[in-house]
This record gives sequence, structure tokens and C-alpha cells, in this order.
Amino acid sequence: MSDPILDPTFDPAARDRGGPAQPLLSVTGLVKHFGGKRSWRGGEAKGAVRAVDGVDFAIAKGETLGVVGESGCGKSTTARLVMQIIKPDAGEIVFDGEAVGSRALDLEAYRREVQMVFQDSYASLNPRLTVEDTIAFGPRVHGVPRREATGRAHDLLAKVGLEPGRFAGRYPHELSGGQRQRINIARALALQPRLVILDEAVSALDKSVEAQVLNLLLDLKAELGLTYMFISHDLNVVRFMADRVMVMYLGKVAEVGPSDVILQQPSHPYTGALLASMPSTDPDNRTLEAPLFGDPPNPIDPPSGCRFHTRCRHTSAICANVPPPLAAVRPSHEVACLMAQPGSGHPLAAPLRENAA
Amino acid sequence: MAVTTVDSVAPPVLAERLGRGYWAGVLRRLSRDPVAMTAAAIILLIVLAAIFAPYIAPADPYKSSMIRRLRPIGTPGFLLGSDELGRDMLSRLIYGGRLSLVMGVLPVICAFVVGSFLGVTAGYAGGWLNTIIMRTVDVFYAFPSVLLAIALSGTLGAGITNAIVALTIVFVPQVTRVAESVTTQIRNRDYVEAARVSGARAATIVRVHVLGNVLGPIFVYSTSLISVSMILASGLSFLGLGSKPPEPEWGLMLNTLRTAIYSQPLVAALPGVMIFITSISFNLLSDGLRSAMEVKA
Amino acid sequence: MSSPSSSPVPTGQPLVETKDLTVDFTGGARPVRAVAGVDLTLGAGELVALLGESGSGKSVTLRALMRLLPERRATTGGSIRVDGRDVAALGRKELARFRGGTVAMIFQEPGLAFDPVYRVGDQIAEAVMRHEGVSRRSGRARALELFERVRIPSAATRLDNYPHEMSGGMRQRAMIALALACRPKVLLADEPTTALDATVQIQILLLLRELQREFGLAVIFVTHDIGVATEVADRIAVMYAGRIVERGDCRDVIRAPAHPYTRGLLFSRADHAFTKGTRLRTIPGSPPDLTALPPGCAFAPRCAEAMPACSAGVPEEIAASETHVARCILLRPGVQSRTDATAAA
Repeated sequence: MSDPILDPTFDPAARDRGGPAQPLLSVTGLVKHFGGKRSWRGGEAKGAVRAVDGVDFAIAKGETLGVVGESGCGKSTTARLVMQIIKPDAGEIVFDGEAVGSRALDLEAYRREVQMVFQDSYASLNPRLTVEDTIAFGPRVHGVPRREATGRAHDLLAKVGLEPGRFAGRYPHELSGGQRQRINIARALALQPRLVILDEAVSALDKSVEAQVLNLLLDLKAELGLTYMFISHDLNVVRFMADRVMVMYLGKVAEVGPSDVILQQPSHPYTGALLASMPSTDPDNRTLEAPLFGDPPNPIDPPSGCRFHTRCRHTSAICANVPPPLAAVRPSHEVACLMAQPGSGHPLAAPLRENAA
Repeated sequence: MAVTTVDSVAPPVLAERLGRGYWAGVLRRLSRDPVAMTAAAIILLIVLAAIFAPYIAPADPYKSSMIRRLRPIGTPGFLLGSDELGRDMLSRLIYGGRLSLVMGVLPVICAFVVGSFLGVTAGYAGGWLNTIIMRTVDVFYAFPSVLLAIALSGTLGAGITNAIVALTIVFVPQVTRVAESVTTQIRNRDYVEAARVSGARAATIVRVHVLGNVLGPIFVYSTSLISVSMILASGLSFLGLGSKPPEPEWGLMLNTLRTAIYSQPLVAALPGVMIFITSISFNLLSDGLRSAMEVKA
Repeated sequence: MSSPSSSPVPTGQPLVETKDLTVDFTGGARPVRAVAGVDLTLGAGELVALLGESGSGKSVTLRALMRLLPERRATTGGSIRVDGRDVAALGRKELARFRGGTVAMIFQEPGLAFDPVYRVGDQIAEAVMRHEGVSRRSGRARALELFERVRIPSAATRLDNYPHEMSGGMRQRAMIALALACRPKVLLADEPTTALDATVQIQILLLLRELQREFGLAVIFVTHDIGVATEVADRIAVMYAGRIVERGDCRDVIRAPAHPYTRGLLFSRADHAFTKGTRLRTIPGSPPDLTALPPGCAFAPRCAEAMPACSAGVPEEIAASETHVARCILLRPGVQSRTDATAAA
């Protein structure tokens, strides 16, 4: 098998192993707690930030999974765990059928397949490197000769809509925010990854520039056959980009499913509240009442049972005691809410239908 | 592919205005700082005077004369007076710059190299390596630097080389600390994470992404140590642990002239004035460098 | 586009009135004109949103109203009258009473308003005591009343919190309480909800709307988010490169934007894409470089409808509707849009 990094004509789609039905990325039981004091006898750490607390999801080949949630929900930590920038406390990450870190897919090979674009376009570029050196760095690390790596950097600049002749020799402080984010995208693509994680990649941009970058991401995805994990707090942007949406709350998945379903008829009350919190675009139809009161709780000491029960308007006694499992309400739409689960004991849940005996 | 959104209207003037390269910008900003440029001119003057001492000095700095001892400033033939052995002060001050500058700059250069290596290693590696390096450094920190310099110099024995070694050991922990804290900050920047994500080895990341961004601040800090080094070196010489008579060296001259403090106070103060002017110039240049290196987005 | 004779500015005694406000920054390598002639009029009980992107001059305008700009590096021109007084002529003592007493400001980061080492309640009581000359006890009482008014739960105990002990939304509420402590007539809000989560942002927006109505405050609300402006504003002023390019009734500006920049902003929003995955209509290029602005209309280089006449001079304000003006030569009688012309052909 030819080395995809050394061969610029190599088609990423040809690296497909498990076929279209196999998820490109599948994550099970992902846990990450930060800090806290662990007793010397082991056991549960006290005072730890439970950033990601048991998260399962999968991303199909060629789709865009949108990840939404408020601060402290764990979406950025999830991205960093998937990216292997930080090590998970527990959980398994499987890429195209191979466990990450296994003999078949070591970390180095995995990192060519998955790349990330960060939110802060300035902090994510080395101020002392020119644009072309920044983009060529990854390929050079993987043994591509300098001249070829630079040539590839120029091709990528053209691809992200920056004229190589004008931009290749510039430094980050000579670029606008939108241009810097294009460079970040080009760098992520330099290793020809199959999955790109976009962690609030357009959030810091001016709205007029944000739209340009979103268009660029759509074009690149179509041209290169990419798969995106698109993290954002802006539901409008996620609605535009994502095929499926995963809603996170305090380190857990609240709801996951097709974006048109979730963003039209949400099943989890938190998703509904998030949608209703988006500022109105109609001056005659302004928001009259805030959907939720107060701030998201502190992930150091999350509420018992359903983590949303302290802010939920449908909360019932059982919600404080029973953590709702993530269960399917219809094919490919899963919700972690007792109301959506027949027979759960929540007053608003449907009664359990007796299976035909 | 239909990428129609080329940022073609981005003002090209921006690039021309800022020029190429980071250090070019630093030098340009530095050249606009009048205080730093004055300090740099003074340092240049002193360095040139030291290098070309044989051509500039009006007299032989070692030639003593028992009958022309302790002449006041302005005496014909002795522009800045003469010392307790009747040697020409001006010539001795010009020659003295040689040793004093070497003793001021050389230990700092050595400490910069060693301290940067230790600090960047500790800062980037983290974990137990960081603990070992930094706790060792802390031990040295427990002693006041003057005491440490005297103790080390005394143990190693008097002499210029030993004084330089002693001063280097005094400065290494200070440089290491700064290097470690700067590196720890840089290590968590997104672009270092992006480099890790691209699969680069630690050594490559340090070389390409860390060193370029940490050496500047460490260098600035180190330049501020030159004045301290000069003063400490003078102190060692004053105590007889550095250079030996009759070598002209500002600290040593201050020592030997102290007996004349009541008869010729102005002449006796001259070596101190030189130490003061040189060290404050290094400090002002270092300050100017620091502000010139602050990149604005 | 009917009768351009009727004034888009409300009549009566305005609380805030700027005429040809300019701000030049002279500290950098080149002087920069951040605000280039802003006319803004605001009456009591009115909320105007200043909408713009980075470099539009919206925050600088706000700071100029309170004379918060560094006087050595920023030169302010034109006139600013607030509550009948010339802000430029205020003496040191008058300025201190003016800030907080007549005009108060809330920021994106509550950290700018509170001292981290004092209890929040004490800081509010302190402000009341200083401005109104009352006792500590009545200062505390007013602080409690304000905390209840901005709906901080268990207000009495929260008064004894330090700023870091509060969550982001609560700190923002506390900052609003502090701003209202001395009964100002004008409230300046600089992106007060930008750093907040969506579910918290809407709460703060509703609270501000409610307080503004209740106290009859004149509010200038700076934001980059059209949605936020739509939620709170009576009137909207869209800024670009230091000028107001379009201003008028909120409904008119959102429903029938007259300036190509406003139109571009509205259409480039992701929620305007009719079907997922279709490309968004975008404004090409980057926000303007204030050190190298083109002659005439600053938006012309990014404008799809630009024509040679755009560079001739800065377009005047032309009525787009009865309550709505814009600086675009397309509104001049007889000037035809290029896109219209193509459509007609």
C-alpha cells in the first residue's frame, strides 16, 4: 500500500476499509474528569470537573455531525479526547473499524486521518512561521521533501481561496481573522485527513466572514470527500452545516439524531429550550419569556439523576433519582429523557405498552 | 471548485507596512525608541573604546609614578586624574572596560545557553523531569546571589576564569526559571497542540514551534542580567576574588582607590560611575528590547 | 420610498445627541479615524442598537459618549450633548458625577466593572453612597432592592458574594444592578451578552428590555448580532468603517434593508439559507482596514452593486422610508441598481 502522505494523488476515499456502512468514528463510554483529589485508597475523585462523563456517539462516513451545548457541556473536551490531545480516563475510540492505539492503527497513523481546526485563529498559528511553512509543517514531519511540501502548501492555499503568490510568505499578524482561519483549515487538510474536527471554527469571525468560511467548508467537503465533526454554540450555523446533531449537557449526551428532526421537533426539553433561546429574527415576534432560568450548573458537582432536572420545567420527583439512559425514540433518534421513555415512571411518559403476548 | 470568495480586497498595504519577518519589525521598533538607542550608543562607545584601547588611551595604564599620585581631575597630562600609584585614570578606565565587559557579558552568555536548555527541557517535558530540574534550581535560589557568587568563587579559587564560572552558576537558575515559565505557557498554545496533532516528535516541535517563541523573552531577561553580572564581578574583584592587581578592572580599581576616598573623592568614584553608566545602559536597552518585542495582532 | 420630507428623528428634547462625532487615534504608526462623523439622537425610554462588525467604530462611539477614551491618544471631534450638557466641557468633578449618575455603562466582561477583592453588595452600596451622599445602611438597602430587581435568586445572601463566586449570568445581572445604582438616565451597553450562553443571553436581553421600559432609560446597545438587536431595539443604526450607513425603525431596517451592507449581513446568516447545504450568499472580502479606506463609500470595494459614482464622495443620508435612512447612492432618484438593470434586460 502506498503511503498516503508521500503520494499527493492518493485519494482519501480509497483508504476506506470497512465500507460505507461502517462508521468512520465510533466512540463508546468516553470519560474525562479534570483535577480533584483522589483518595490514596483509589476510588472516586472528589471535586473533579466531570467534563465528559460517559459519552457514546458515532459519525458515519461523509456526514457532518453537529455538536451543540453550552459552556461546561463538554463539547470541546470531547473534541480534544477524540483528537488524542488529552488522554481519556475511560472509553474507546474506534476509527473505521480499528481501535485507536491498537497495532493496526497506531497514534501516528490515526493523526493523519483526523485533524482539527481551532477556534482562536490567532493563537493557533505560530507567529514566527510564514503561512507556507505553517501549512507545510505537517507533511514535512511525515517525510515529504521541502520543495514538494511547499508546493502542496501552495495548492492548499489556492484551495482555501487565498492566492499563493500573495499569501505564502506572510506572517499571521499580517492577515485578517478570516484569512487566518482559512490558513488553519489548509493546515488541517495538509495531511489529507478523512475526518476534520471543527471546534467553534467560525465562532470568532465577523458574520460576513463567517458565511464565507462556511461556504468554503461545504466546498472542501464535497471536493475531498471529508467527514466533519462540527462543534458550535450557534444553532443556526449547526442547522446549516450538520446532517445529524448531538446535544450535550454537563458532560452527557442529551439528544442525538437527524438535524432537521432535532431542530424542528426536539424531544429533549433542553434542546427545546436551546432552540427557544435563539434570538428572534422577526421584530414583530420577539421572545416574550426566557425558556430557562439561571445558568448551567457547575460540572464539578452536577445534579443527581437527570442533570437537567434543576432547570427543566417538566421535572418530576423521579428525575432527581434516575439518570435517564440514552434510548431511541425512533430510528436513529436517541434521547436521554424519562418523558420520552414509556413506562419510565415520569408522569408525562407514555405508559408501557404490553407486548403482544 | 467554485471558491469565489477570495479575499481579494484585503488591503495589500498591511503587508508592506509591517515588512517581512519578526526580527526586522523588532529592530525597526527598537530604532524608534530614543532611550534604547541612546543606551545602545553608549554601550557601543564603551565596547569600541575597550577594543581599540591601545590606540585611544593617552598613556600606559600600568606605568606608575610615585610623584604624580592622586592628581585631581583636569590635571594637564592626566585628564581624569591619576590613581594611588600615579597611573593615568583615563587610560586605566578605557583598558578596564575590557575585563569588566568580559566579566559582565560572558557569564550571562553561558547562563543563557545552559539555562535555556534546562528551562525549555523542564517546561516542555513537564512531569518528573520538570520536578527534578526545578527543585534543584530552587536550592540555588535559597542563597542570595552575592553570597553564592562569593562562596563559589572562594571555593574555586581566585582568578578571572573561576569568577566567570562562579557567576555563570549564579545566573543559570534565574535563566532556567524564566525559560521554564515561558515554555510552559507556549506549550499550551493552540499552535503547539496543532503541531502535536500533526504527529510531530517533541524535538521537532521544540525546534520549530517552541524555541522561536521562547528564546526572545529569555534573551531579554538575560540582557537585564548583564548589569548584575558586572556589579557582581566588580564586587568579586573588589574582594580580591576576581582579577588581580595591577590589571585594570573597574571593580578592582574601586577597591584600590578606596583609600583615596577622602583625599580625591571624585577620582575614587570614577570606576563606580563607569560601572553605573554601563549597567544602566544595558538595563535600558533590555527594557527597550522588551517593549519592541511585544507583537500586536 | 415615500416622502423624504418627514424626519426620521423623533422630535422633542433628546437625551443624547451627537453631531458629526469623530474619533481619531494618533498613537499608532498612522493616525486612524475610527469614528468618521456619527449623528445619533436618542430620547428617554428609547433603545437604539448600534450594529456592526469589528472595526466599525461602534464601541469607540460608545466610549466617546462617556469620555472613556485615552485622551492622549484619541482626539474627539464634533459635539456630544447628553442630558442637555456638553460632554467635552465637563470638568473633572462634573465628569465623575456624570459617569454613573447620568450615564452608566455595562460591558461584555463583568470583570471590568467589579473589583475582585470586595464583596459585590459593598461595591454597589459604595457607589450609591458616593453619588447620593446617603448612609451605608441605605446604600445596602438600595443594593438589595436592585439585586431583587435584576432577579438574582436569594438576593440578600448574594450581596455578600465576591465576584468570582457568581456564575457568568449572575455577574452580568449584578453589573446591571451596579449600573442602575445611581439612577442614570442613559445606559450604554457594550456587547453585554456576547460572552454568555444562549439560554442565559436571552434572560439578560429580556431583563434589559424590561428595566429600560420601567425606568424610562435611554439605552444604546452595541452588538454585532442582528438577532440580539432585533430582540431589544426600537431603532437600529448599522455602522461600517466609522459611519452609520443605515438607521431607522427596527422593523424597517430588518424587513426592508436599504443599504447593500445591511442586506448582505442579513442574507449571509446561516438561518437564511432555505435548504441545508446550499451555499450562503456572502459579502466578499474582509472588514475594512481603517488606515487605508477607499474614497467615497467605504463599502464599495465589497459591494456587488458598486459603480464609479460610489467613489466620488461619501453618500449623504437618503430616506428609504418614512422612518428609515441609508447612505447609498442607489436611493438617489434616477440611480438604477446594476442587478435591477440586468434583471430588466
